[in-house]
Amino acid sequence: MRVRVLLFAGLRERLARAHVDLDLPDGATVGAATEALRALHSELAGRTFSVALNRRYARVDAALAEGDELALIPPVSGG
Amino acid sequence: MIALVDTPIDAGALLSQGSDPGAAGGGVVAFIGAVRAETKGERVLRLEYEAYREMALAELEALAAATRARFDILALDIVHRVGVLQPGDVAVVIVARAAHRGAAFDACRHAIDTLKQTVPIWKKEVFANGAVWVGDRP
Repeated sequence: MRVRVLLFAGLRERLARAHVDLDLPDGATVGAATEALRALHSELAGRTFSVALNRRYARVDAALAEGDELALIPPVSGG
Repeated sequence: MIALVDTPIDAGALLSQGSDPGAAGGGVVAFIGAVRAETKGERVLRLEYEAYREMALAELEALAAATRARFDILALDIVHRVGVLQPGDVAVVIVARAAHRGAAFDACRHAIDTLKQTVPIWKKEVFANGAVWVGDRP
């Protein structure tokens, strides 16, 4: 299945793109997606972030489905 | 009113509107967050705010609903600006209205503190000799 991962702020700049499309095996989880991303993009080494799944904060064991929208959420700093 | 905007926020308009006379409270508390001229002694040239818009709006709505449920208030408005802001520009305005001042102060404080921890909005501080995404340390 294919999912889209949105990138913001410092992560968007480090990877020089606003999103990455990932092909994952069926049944993959949020955690598997972030592991795949870290393997593909060494710029993520040492960076901490939360993950949103379809615009809500998600746990690493949440299951993914075709077409899901993931987002890497580096430490927020609104206000 | 819960909103993310790209243009200057009129705090005065937010304070004067929304005062439905039938639901007018005795205590109205506003928090206005503005761009600092200096951070750790370094002069700030500008701030660049970025948001995950759809999620930020959803988180702001959830935050407002949770704040209304937790405190005895009549209304809560949150407006956050994104884009490029200069020192002195207003980045966020929160207005809490309650029958009495205590709940309005508490709700306003809770709303801004939670916003800073949960809502996917980021700011980059730009200085004369570099720039940093606030809070983003490896």
